[in-house]
Amino acid sequence: MFDLRQMSNPLLLKEMVKKTIDLGEKVLDKTKKRPVFMEVCGTHTVAFSRSGVRGLLEGIVDLRSGPGCPVCVTSQQDIDRVLEISRIKGVTLATFGDMLRVPGSSSSLEKERAMGADIRIIYSPLEAIKMAAENPKREIVLLGVGFETTAPAIAVTLQEARRKKVDNISVYSLHKTMPNALISLLEGKEFAIDALLLPGHVAAITGYRSFDFIASKYKIPAVVAGFEVFDIISAISSLLNMLLKGESRIENLYSRIVTETGNITAQKMVNEVFEQGDAIWRGLGEIAGSGLLLKSLYREFETLVRFPIKITEASPYASACRCGDLLMGKIRPFQCNLFRKICTPNNPLGPCMVSAEGACSVYYRYDVSDGESGYDER
Amino acid sequence: MMKDDGLKGKRILLSHGDGGALTRKLIEEIFYKKFYNDILIKDQDAALLPACDRPIAMTTDSFIVKPIFFPGGDIGKLAVCGTVNDLAVSGAEAKFITTAFIIEEGFKMEDLAQIVDSMWQTARECGLTIVSGDTKVVEKGSIDGIFINTTGIGVLPAGVNLGFQQIKPGDKIIISGNIGEHGVAVMASREGFSINLSSDCAPLNRITQSILKNSQGVKFMRDPTRGGVASTLKEIAISSHNVDFCINEENLPISQEVNTVCQLLGYDPLYLANEGKILAFVAPEECEKIISLMKELPYGENTCCIGEVQEGKGDVLLKTIIGGTRKLNLLSGISLPRIC
Repeated sequence: MFDLRQMSNPLLLKEMVKKTIDLGEKVLDKTKKRPVFMEVCGTHTVAFSRSGVRGLLEGIVDLRSGPGCPVCVTSQQDIDRVLEISRIKGVTLATFGDMLRVPGSSSSLEKERAMGADIRIIYSPLEAIKMAAENPKREIVLLGVGFETTAPAIAVTLQEARRKKVDNISVYSLHKTMPNALISLLEGKEFAIDALLLPGHVAAITGYRSFDFIASKYKIPAVVAGFEVFDIISAISSLLNMLLKGESRIENLYSRIVTETGNITAQKMVNEVFEQGDAIWRGLGEIAGSGLLLKSLYREFETLVRFPIKITEASPYASACRCGDLLMGKIRPFQCNLFRKICTPNNPLGPCMVSAEGACSVYYRYDVSDGESGYDER
Repeated sequence: MMKDDGLKGKRILLSHGDGGALTRKLIEEIFYKKFYNDILIKDQDAALLPACDRPIAMTTDSFIVKPIFFPGGDIGKLAVCGTVNDLAVSGAEAKFITTAFIIEEGFKMEDLAQIVDSMWQTARECGLTIVSGDTKVVEKGSIDGIFINTTGIGVLPAGVNLGFQQIKPGDKIIISGNIGEHGVAVMASREGFSINLSSDCAPLNRITQSILKNSQGVKFMRDPTRGGVASTLKEIAISSHNVDFCINEENLPISQEVNTVCQLLGYDPLYLANEGKILAFVAPEECEKIISLMKELPYGENTCCIGEVQEGKGDVLLKTIIGGTRKLNLLSGISLPRIC
């Protein structure tokens, strides 16, 4: 059996990098251009930058980040609505930490908290149940921002709330699901993606078969991969191999976690509580069937039913912020005029500079390259 | 320490801070009981310290930590180590310390006694005298338990002249042991994870005095507390002129426990707090000697060289295990847990 400890053996990894570069050069010879690969998941963006793999492979592959950071793809109007909810008297907003500093049109949860809003950072949605039980006079609003990975935990929280008859809890579900967002990207005519590195965590829940359409309909090679350095180099190598051979398949390189059909128990939980609905993605716009809304059986837990928020027209996006283009893979952070100049982690103008997994924040923190060599905007 | 059963069930009252009879009782029964020394016991409004013909080093720091008792220490030990270590990495010999407590009404008396005991034990270990103190009690809910401020005074030995201006290309960068352990231990105990790891909270003055006494090669030292090793390195790189620091990821001493927790929660050990570590910049020819001096002493056993100084423009560059390079920047904002 493969020894997992070998995955972090520097000698082995260096050899893999070398072989991948050789392979990449063969692809370059064949196609005469650097292939564009998109890493869909924000955790992969971090892995490429933190390990330095992105820099090492710069000459052979143009790696773009995709719409896989949940905070980043949350639309401006949804963030404004969250801020509005946080200001409601008697509401305690429970959120994952990443949302705290995301700028809305004129504020952020961090600023609202300083002004007196009760905003608590949680590690697991189940903490909200405890919070609700301990604060019976407050309304706990659980902020459901995430993908297929986070939805099961929210679902089980609501099932628990119902079982325990906790009624001072509700969920503002901004959950999004990947397949239709990827279809929207692949249908886009603005630029061509040559291969996809699929989100390993999402695939662990949905199973890798849920991504079959990428190969069968769009004829694009894709791999499901884990997040170790070993995993991401293997993924690039596998994609290059497929390109060289002219193949398009979905390859599962994360078989230690991901199966064909995924986590059936988690899927059942999600299906009991949520149904597919439309969602607005930053950059990609409204995509049908790409959101998770509460089923009628759980409507009583819907925050917007409990607190009808007047939807004010969101002010236009921070004028020059290009998070939207970035999330579609059209640009890399260097191509945004604000990046590193005005927009920094201390003064983030868009969500991609806030989230630990947002591409701007990741490039800012880790990347040595200034992106001046050979990154054409597409 | 042996718990004093006489304190069981007793709580701090607002009157303990009003300057009257209860304040006196608190001072005598809790503070003087441990801190007793010739200077303190004179009971004057200001401590009178012996004259000194060397430059004086002085530093102050306030301590808030949640939980107040954590694996490997408590707020009292932290409050003494933090100030001692700031003196130590400046090259000074720590001599005197003052301490001011702000305590929440209702705080457990036995907890206060335990904190005072660990301050006393730590001060004794460092050869420090506690020369002055203050206590305030605030209404319940005004603060979270107890806050402590300490101010330390040290004396700079002859011939010691540390400064980031001394850092030159070719110098080596040393760390005195495993990184990120305070951050992970406190976070784990806050969140109720059970892991086999203690905070590294420890006084470092013995180590700094040993290397300064036995080697002329020490250029500059810092203790990488809040913001971790990465932020501390970046701060020094910004202040120094025309240098980059190149750190080898392969050489970074990180325990398996810290690595695992960081992977699980999405933290980077390079940005987690340490409370008992020294980052030292040393002349290359003295590096081996300084490392072996540090390894001989308690809290320095895992000392190693993690990188070197090169000509540059203020960047901290981490050479990853596969030979890639990434930048290390200042920590920005509070460390926030990941979402998915």
